Amino acid sequence: MKLYNITSEPINNQDVIDKVIHHNSGAVSVFIGTVREMTDEKKTRYLEYEAYVPMAEKQLEKIGEEIKVKWPDAKTAITHRIGTLQISDTAVTIAVSTPHRQDAFEASRYAIERIKEIVPIWKKEHYTDGEEWVGNQKGTESYPLGHPEGVE
Amino acid sequence: MVQILLFASLAQQAGTQKVSLDINDPVSVEQIRSKLQVKIGELKGLETALIALNEEYVGLTDEVKDGDTVAFIPPVSGG
Repeated sequence: MKLYNITSEPINNQDVIDKVIHHNSGAVSVFIGTVREMTDEKKTRYLEYEAYVPMAEKQLEKIGEEIKVKWPDAKTAITHRIGTLQISDTAVTIAVSTPHRQDAFEASRYAIERIKEIVPIWKKEHYTDGEEWVGNQKGTESYPLGHPEGVE
Repeated sequence: MVQILLFASLAQQAGTQKVSLDINDPVSVEQIRSKLQVKIGELKGLETALIALNEEYVGLTDEVKDGDTVAFIPPVSGG
């Protein structure tokens, strides 16, 4: 059973949840990222996700290890979809189980924030009036530290 | 031979995701980046992209050997 997964198939949320439930889990927090239609004035028709798959899965696993350091009893599973996604499709599902609810909430939040920092996955927006690779279209975005936080 | 991987806007500008470079002796990551630009021309965002050597983030001074894979990682936008 693969806890950290990049897939080109639709994500079954329950499958991700089932990976983290065990006899000592008392709470499961699930974060689901879905494709949004409106971003300010721009209307998305569909999205395309691309990943450096083997490295992305390693980085997801690294996030799981970081969570384990912060919340030792946590169990994490993350699946991120790539390819063409339509409005309301699930792009990412994160499930974290812990003995008590507070840790589960915090850890699932931590996981999605870290995904946006260190996992090599890119989103291309196909708007009604054009397209762009998010975050780097102008080539002007940079990391103030020279790298994402926590990456040496 | 060193395999170079490009993604997102970098791949789009280059018109390819994969570029091969021949090196005789080990060189730095920074030198690989320069050689890439000589081979395929300037890519917007290449200088600010993170770099991964064999699937791990590295710095510009790390050493690249024959058979290695170097990936240029523009700002990520997953989630």
